[in-house]
Formats: sequence, structure tokens, C-alpha cells
Amino acid sequence: MSESKSREVLWSPVFRNNPIALQILGICSALAVTSKLETAVVMSLAVTFVIACSNATVSLIRSVIPSSIRIIVQMTIISSLVILVDQFLQAYFFEISKQLTVFVGLIITNCIVMGRAEAFAMKNGVGMSFLDGIGNGLGYSLILIVVGFFRELLGAGAIWGYTVFPLARDGGWYVPNGLMLLPPSAFFLIGLFIWVLRTWNPEQVEKD
Amino acid sequence: MEHYLSLFIKAIFIENLALAFFLGMCTFLAVSKNVKTAFGLGLAVVVIQSITIPANNLIYHHLLKPGALTWLGVEDSDLRFLGLISYIGVIAAMVQILEMTLDRFFPPLYNALGIFLPLITVNCAILGGSLFMVERDYNFAESVVYGVGSGVGWAMAIVALAGIREKMKYSDVPDGLKGLGITFITVGLMALAFMAFGGIDL
Amino acid sequence: MRHDSVLGTLTVAAVLCIVCSVIVSATAVSLRERQESNKVLEMKRNVLVAAGLFEEGDTVEELFGQVERHLIDLSSGRVVEDGEVDPESYDPRTAAKDPELGVEIDPEKDLAGIKRRGKYAFVYLVRKDEAIEQIILPVYGKGLWSTLYGFLSLRRDGRTVSGITFYEHKETPGLGGEVDNPVWKASWSGKQVRDESGRPILEVLRGSVSAEDPQAFHKIDGLSGATITSRGVQNLIQYWLGSDGFGPYLEQLDR
Repeated sequence: MSESKSREVLWSPVFRNNPIALQILGICSALAVTSKLETAVVMSLAVTFVIACSNATVSLIRSVIPSSIRIIVQMTIISSLVILVDQFLQAYFFEISKQLTVFVGLIITNCIVMGRAEAFAMKNGVGMSFLDGIGNGLGYSLILIVVGFFRELLGAGAIWGYTVFPLARDGGWYVPNGLMLLPPSAFFLIGLFIWVLRTWNPEQVEKD
Repeated sequence: MEHYLSLFIKAIFIENLALAFFLGMCTFLAVSKNVKTAFGLGLAVVVIQSITIPANNLIYHHLLKPGALTWLGVEDSDLRFLGLISYIGVIAAMVQILEMTLDRFFPPLYNALGIFLPLITVNCAILGGSLFMVERDYNFAESVVYGVGSGVGWAMAIVALAGIREKMKYSDVPDGLKGLGITFITVGLMALAFMAFGGIDL
Repeated sequence: MRHDSVLGTLTVAAVLCIVCSVIVSATAVSLRERQESNKVLEMKRNVLVAAGLFEEGDTVEELFGQVERHLIDLSSGRVVEDGEVDPESYDPRTAAKDPELGVEIDPEKDLAGIKRRGKYAFVYLVRKDEAIEQIILPVYGKGLWSTLYGFLSLRRDGRTVSGITFYEHKETPGLGGEVDNPVWKASWSGKQVRDESGRPILEVLRGSVSAEDPQAFHKIDGLSGATITSRGVQNLIQYWLGSDGFGPYLEQLDR
């Protein structure tokens, strides 16, 4: 395992092969939890943890998994990890877990997790699979954090709960854009993000 | 009766899983290039949704919720933390069973739906539906209605999006936005339109 | 042993199930106590916030020491006697659904749009030198998207608001979600919610309260762009202070 290969595995999902922007995977949660930077970051960490661990576990036992039940085996591993994360958040980050509600549970059906387990971890070693998980987690996190950053900044004039633009209703100058706090704005932001990414990397442009 | 009708309408329009809660987005965006396949997938979702939500309802009420195991003689049980794993298990199993049944008895339908069925296991609209059912504490009859309604709502949304995307062929979209980018923006606009249903109280 | 044989498949499935269930159950059981205490702490914190007693830095447990909790029978307004219902296990939300512990609300009277409520409810009292200083009542009702849950705190006369907070809702951020706005919540303080005869009179207007209005003492600015949420808040306050809610209890306190 050369160093350049590990670097490739780790970084390519972040920009060149981003799971959300290119592979249309794992979008649902990206929309609902990004109205604030804080929830977006917690969600990113949770998803990265689940992808990395499930990839490593699946890869570890890949030689013993019978092919007839491999989907359900992967599913079981993933859901156990998600329950761990869910219980942990409820115990130590109660406030945030209340805001994330059902979306922590929905990490199970986040196609990135399942997709990486099936496409990468079943064929590669433990170390590589773990890196691939982290890489894809980061790619997912990148979009979530960018979207969360803009939605909170433009929608509430704040970053991480700290006021950046003083709001007009509190005597400042910034009139917040309410649309940004509504979930559809996440679609617009991701759409624009894809546009930027593809202008930068023209080979990703889809042919008709 | 009126109660069930309003629940049904609510599940389709006001609480549309795809456009109000943004669930099942991956397949929603990926498999909406033409109306015919979108319709097939929509149908599969309706079927699975109307089976799994009532099934998970039974599991929740008779096995998982606090004190649900009294019929086994266990008084203080609370197995809610096993919820996620049981629901996804039921969904995966149901999808598999449906696939086999269709293959055996209705080959034409199986051929039409075939490739979409496995996709449904990882469709968060299905798991999300079950989680909402638990959160809102529906009884069995309500869960049946909710299952059918939410499935129909999702199917309707994906068919509508596919219709728009088919027409999009004739429009001149900037290069970087082609395909996925413009689809995101279209869905955003559709979701905004669906917000108009908000606050309708049935 | 080949892994694709029936026996191999079953073995793998069984081992996986056992390992996963042990890990999951162990975490759930070991973290449960902490989760439960989080919920209790959260509730106590919200009561303190409504009463205006919460200060960053102080521990919630310590501050909550000055609050006493009573379980009351809503229809009669009296405090529940020992042995009738267990206050430790009574949860108003599950009770509302329960055929024994909940009652259907007459649709005519159901301003809050909640259909059923528990027969009993908790009230929280803050005393100063034996005399009641504040009465904190849990209130909830329908807004635009969801049910709003909150606490309303009244001064000792049982008519004037000292504070309000909503701790759970899913209203539109920036519009109905402004029920969380501290400036708006502060505008409640000092408003009259019940008249001399105990009738709920609070109104949440559409638009703002004019300074010249002689009736301004029982009127509150509506949230701009959130007519339905504002109306929901007015209705839920009127319901819970009315004869079907805490009315009978407050009348007993009046006497």
C-alpha cells in the first residue's frame, strides 16, 4: 500500500468524486439538518464515524460473509453503529439530538454508507476501507458544512450561534433572508455548489 | 371515517414525504429521468410502504414500546432502542419477500419493477415513514392509511418531477448546471410550491 | 466449512446477531440512566426559564430547589392526594392517549386543537416566605406545522404574566419560529391574561399593539408573517387558562 494510493483514496471523494455532488448519494439528511452550522457539523461527524467504522468492519469480515445474505449483514452492522451513535448523542449531546430527531436514525438508509460498504469495503483491506470511509465522510461533510454555513449566515445573520450580521429587528442593519432557513433553499445551494464544482472541473459536466 | 380520509389527504399533500420532508431523495433524483420508470418506482414504493408501516406498527405496539411485553409476563420492558434495527430488518425482509412473490406469481409486474425493488431497501422514505408512524403514535388502522397515503404522495411527487425533467430537454441550461444541478433547483422550486399546503388543517 | 453453504450462512448470521445485539444492548442499558436524567434536567431548565429564574452558570438542580411541583386534577382544580396517581410515573403526554388517564375534549371547547388531554397536570410553584411568588403552568397546542409545547409563568395574583417559553415546536424558522425570539417573549411580561372574574382575555393581535389602545394591557404583538402561529398561541393560552384547563385550579388559588 503506497502512500500516494492512500492519499488518493482519502482525498478523491472530497472534491473530484464527491458523493453528494456527483454520485447523488445521501442527500436526504443533507437538506434537513443544515439550517444551522452546529447541527450540520454534528451530523457530519456522526455520518463520517458510521461510514468509517462500517467500512472497516465489513472489510474485516468480508471473507466470511456469505454472498446470499451480504446485504442484510451490512445493514445489521450499519444499524448497530447508528444505534450506538444515536444513544450516545442522546446521552451526551441532548440539545443537539433533539434537533436532529429522526435524521440520526435515517443515517442507516444514507446510501453513501451502504454504497461504500458494498462497492469498496467488500473488495479492499481494512486500512484502505477505513480511509475510504473517512474520505467519503469528509466529502459529505464538506457539502453539509458549506450549505449549513451559508444558510445560517444568510438566514439568521449568525455563525455557530454567534451573531455576525446584527439583525434589523435587534437594532442592527441586516434583514435576514427567511428563505434560507427553509429546507428548499438547501436544494438551491447544492445546485449552485454543483455548478461551481463543474465549472472548475469541466470534465464532470453531464452530456445530454 | 372522516378522520382517516383527512389523514390520507394529509399524508399525500401536506406532509408529502418527498417534498415536505425531503425523504427518499437519492432515488428521487436518480430515477426521475423519464415518467415511465418513475411511475414503476412510485408503484413499488406504494406497495412496500403500505406493507411495512402497518407491520412495523404491530412490532412497535406488541414488542418494543414500554410495557409491550406484558403478554409474555415481562412487566417492565422497554426495547425502544432496538427500534431502528427491527424496522430496517422488516423492510429488507419485506422487499425480499415481495421480490420473490412477484417473480413467482406476477412475472410481468416483476419485470417492470424488478430493478427498483432492491433500491427501495435503502430509500429513506420507507424507514422515515415507519419512524414518523412511531413518533406520532398511530394505531393500526391509522398506520395502514398513513402507509398508503405517504406512498401515494411520494409516487406522485416523483412522477411530477420526471414530467418536468422530460420537458427540460428543450431548454438551454448552462453547462455546469446540466443534469444534476438543474434537477436540484427544480426540486427546490417544487418544494416551495408544496409549502403552500402548510397549515391546512383537516 | 464453505461460507456459502447453508450451515455457514446460518452460523455467520447467528454470530453477527449475537455480537451486534450484545454491543447495542450494552450501550443502551449503560447510557439509559444518563438519558433519563437529561430529560428531567431539560424539563426543569424550561420551568426555570419560564419563571425567569434560570441563569447561565448555576446548576439547574440547585436553582430548581426553590420550585415545588404539584400534580393537580384539572376538572376539580385540587391537588391530587397521595395514592390516587403516582406523580413519579405520570406523564401528561402519554396520559392524553390513555383511555383511563385521558379525556376527550369537547370539540367546541378545544381551542388548542389537541383533541385529548390528560386528566391531571403538573403545576410548579415558586414560593418566597411561604407566599406564592410565581405559578408556572405547562401549556401546549397547535401552531402551523406542529404542536407547540411551553410553560407560562404567572405572578402571584394569577392574572399577570411573568414569563413564557416554548421549548418544543417545528414552526417555520424566521416566521412562526420567532416564538423563540427573546424580545417577543419579553413583551409578555406584565400583560394581563385573566380578568377579574377569571375569564381568559389575552389576545395576540395581527400586527402590533398600538400605544394609545387602552386595552393594550391584555394584548400582545403578533408575529409578523405568522398569522396562524400567533393565533395558535392565543388559542392555546386561552384554552389552558379557561374552564377546561387550569381555570378551576387558578380559581381555588384566588380564594
